[in-house]
Amino acid sequence: MCLAIPGRIKSIEPFKEGYMSMGKVELGGIVKEINLQLVPDAKENDYVLVHVGVAISIVDEAEAKSSLEFLKQMNELDELYNSPSEEDLTKEERVKIGDAIISKMNT
Amino acid sequence: MKYLTEYRDPVLAAEYLKEIKKTVTQPWTIMEVCGGQTHSLVKYGLLQMLPKEITMVHGPGCPVCVTPTHLIDRAIYLAQECNVILCSFGDMLRVPGSEKSLLQAKAEGADVRILYSPLEAVKLAQQNPDKEVVFFAVGFETTAPANALSVIQAHQLGLKNYSIIASHVLVPPAMEALLSDPETVVQAFLAAGHVCTIMGNSEYYPIVEKYKVPIVVTGFEPIDLLQGILMAVRQLENGEHKMENQYARVVRERGNLPAQEAIMEIFEISNRMWRGMDVIPLSGLEVKEKYAAFDATKKFNVPLKDTKENESCIAGAIMKGLKKPLDCPNFGTACKPSHPLGAPMVSSEGSCATYYHFYSALNETKKVEA
Repeated sequence: MCLAIPGRIKSIEPFKEGYMSMGKVELGGIVKEINLQLVPDAKENDYVLVHVGVAISIVDEAEAKSSLEFLKQMNELDELYNSPSEEDLTKEERVKIGDAIISKMNT
Repeated sequence: MKYLTEYRDPVLAAEYLKEIKKTVTQPWTIMEVCGGQTHSLVKYGLLQMLPKEITMVHGPGCPVCVTPTHLIDRAIYLAQECNVILCSFGDMLRVPGSEKSLLQAKAEGADVRILYSPLEAVKLAQQNPDKEVVFFAVGFETTAPANALSVIQAHQLGLKNYSIIASHVLVPPAMEALLSDPETVVQAFLAAGHVCTIMGNSEYYPIVEKYKVPIVVTGFEPIDLLQGILMAVRQLENGEHKMENQYARVVRERGNLPAQEAIMEIFEISNRMWRGMDVIPLSGLEVKEKYAAFDATKKFNVPLKDTKENESCIAGAIMKGLKKPLDCPNFGTACKPSHPLGAPMVSSEGSCATYYHFYSALNETKKVEA
């Protein structure tokens, strides 16, 4: 019921007063007229998540990539946490660990 | 398809399973809230591949399944007695009311139609100015904006022959109802990703704090689900309870604001009966008085009759995660998708129907375990 699939915006209809924003979205090879009223920032070639004929979100490419690399990042962090004791680290290595921890805190 | 196939990568899935096995040290029970997630877990065989310490219980997350019988009876009455074009999503048509389903009403001659989108129903109303068109607007927060847009559009077009039966339920109150049940077995939630696409994450922070339960907003593809499970297990093993977002590629912290505005324009929050469960306070959406002309339950005079549920159906216990479909004596015998006793056997996202469709695979595993 909550099924929603990602598709690429091929074109956006010019704005018409009193009408909802519509566009053509390619969903796995099929092109459908989709309501774009709820994604005002969407541009052509953006990927949007489509549910019952309405686009409900713009797919964030960076987040999509980061989620695929989640395991790798997790393991890298584990390695960093479990790295040799502090005295053995060079300055660059300490900076690297600090950066990694900060970026983890920020996610 | 981009953003789908890469989340079905079997090599990556195997790495996740390895990581989950490495992380888990004791039994945990995790509930996936949404029926779409249940469907993927079973369809891709993930249930069988997870380490035995992890029990996935299937949540109430199928709006078709929790639509109360009296609303289905009303829709049937409208279709049969009021000469309307009654349309809805395909899943809704086979759900048994107290006497029949909408599909049976269609077979008896009523004009019942399956549509992909409520916006198509508005078009249908435009094309048939001499007929009343009623859309059976069922759904969670995910679908509410589309149903709201249909009313907004009909209003803009000045249509007088379009209305909806709103059967909208809200997910967070149901999660709270499950957690406050003393019988609950749920130790962590995979929250429904597309509900959060609309509503954002903020509703879950109070639940996390109040019930000390990890909540991971999770997507629907195999890698999404495995990642969500891993994040939940890591929290459980570390004794943590946090709100985490696995599905950040479409779920923003505050959700989709224009969508929330559309919902709030048309609907207001109300107490709501969940089929198989009870009335859950403030867990539903109803059409606002301002738009009463588009509310089919007000527009047409439909007599309210007493409704009855099939007593041998254990749908309630299944939707609360207390029982599994295979625990039901009627499963696959008296109750099948072709003649369902209860709603979870109907919708493709109902856990009974999901188990039925992939039963042979589940059965094989049972034998292997035995």
